[in-house]
Amino acid sequence: MINLQVPIDEKTVRSLRVGDQVSLSGAVLTARDRAHKYLVEEFVEVSQPNDDERENLLRIEQRLQDGVIYHCGPVVKEHDDGRAEFVSAGPTTSIREEGVQAEVIERFGVRAVIGKGGMGARTLSALKEYGAVYLHAIGGAATFLARSVERVDGVVHRDFGVAEAMWEIELKDFVAVVTMDSHGGSLHDEVREASASSLSGVLASMGQAPVDKQQR
Amino acid sequence: MSDALTDLYEPLLELIRRTSTDLPRDIDEAMTAAREKEEPGSAGENVFNILLQNIEMSRAGTSPLCQDTGMISFYVHHPSGMSQLAFKRVAERAVAAATAENRLRPNSVDSLSGESVDDNLGAGMPVFHFEEWEMDEIDVHLLLKGGGCENVGAQFSLPDVGLGADRDLAGVKRCVLEAVHLAQGRGCAPGILGIGIGGDRMGSYELAKEQLLRSLTDTNQDRVLADFEDEMFERCNELGIGPMGFGGKTTLLGVKAGVRNRIPASYFVSVAYACWAHRHRRLVVSKGKTEII
Repeated sequence: MINLQVPIDEKTVRSLRVGDQVSLSGAVLTARDRAHKYLVEEFVEVSQPNDDERENLLRIEQRLQDGVIYHCGPVVKEHDDGRAEFVSAGPTTSIREEGVQAEVIERFGVRAVIGKGGMGARTLSALKEYGAVYLHAIGGAATFLARSVERVDGVVHRDFGVAEAMWEIELKDFVAVVTMDSHGGSLHDEVREASASSLSGVLASMGQAPVDKQQR
Repeated sequence: MSDALTDLYEPLLELIRRTSTDLPRDIDEAMTAAREKEEPGSAGENVFNILLQNIEMSRAGTSPLCQDTGMISFYVHHPSGMSQLAFKRVAERAVAAATAENRLRPNSVDSLSGESVDDNLGAGMPVFHFEEWEMDEIDVHLLLKGGGCENVGAQFSLPDVGLGADRDLAGVKRCVLEAVHLAQGRGCAPGILGIGIGGDRMGSYELAKEQLLRSLTDTNQDRVLADFEDEMFERCNELGIGPMGFGGKTTLLGVKAGVRNRIPASYFVSVAYACWAHRHRRLVVSKGKTEII
């Protein structure tokens, strides 16, 4: 198990390889679909951010520079005095952010993206170019992972809804596996290829047409 | 009758609480057995260790097993005379209450505006399936199915030339293998497959999803389907996709299939994928007494 502490420097990120199991601690920002759309529309596609968003931008930049994005839409207990607690907080499917993840990594200097299911070629290439990794958390282990959320520091755009808001959280010993590294390695590609080869074997043993003979 | 249904508010609320936090035992038993097959120290084995801890933590406490508390679907069998409308009203109240106490995440989103609804209600939410039967009991089967696994479900129209799948059981098998391979670990493997053979597009999906309400340990009454389930279970696990798609011996925990007649021109095969966190429980109301199973 490799311990990672946020902020993470480029050298540390570059030392990580596919298959490494990590334990992550430090400041993280949750962001899923609505948040990614917002980050790109407000801060990537425009040269000057909207005045109303300046304060949010500072908070986001501070958290994401050498920082971590977590694809997560948590269940949150919000107390009357404004405090919040994460009740259930596993990862959500990452591939939905494939269209914009590379831009977000570049714009904010993100060093790690936590999610589940892996991401595609554009993100893999951004990980290599800017020095970042994809960390696969254990999908569905929401109660277990919520215990690794030590504190909720605040929230940006609570109006997006509980699941879509950007929660500023502090993690302690959050367990994940490096499944995409900064050297072009992807466990998802490896398993897809290996399982395609197994599929061919299975089809052959069942007397069915092999995959490569099919018209696709 | 509608007065009696008002009394179902507490039992339905309790059904939602239990379903969201307390996974059916057959699933963690299957996972405990599957853990033994993974290589010691592998990422796959570690996934099982964490998942089994997560199950126990959620069961012991009040927090949802998975933060995606899913599409809330009630499958209701009821005697003649029960008002479906009255049932919907009381179930909706229970859903709103369960959301307020964090057993459900606010998970209902306006598809056009993108606005999230606070109480989990709204157009088409929750989902109700009603079926009248000859028994006196009301049987409410609740399914909370998250989006990660719902999104990797698939439907095929046979013949599928690209797959080399004809209109026979061999063709159906090809479709199932394809669906599992395409899903990889993205449906939070190890998963459970519900397979619908026949029907129209909608009926085929419906049938597939209904298979997910069965116990992992039951045996299909139809011998052909029972053999088909066993074979698909074994074959899909040979793909080596493994828990979370990290590679490993266990890709599926179970396969359940059902069949419906079709019209001559159509032959649909539907695959409903349930993640390992397959949350479903029953509330049985009999002679004024309620029991959650």
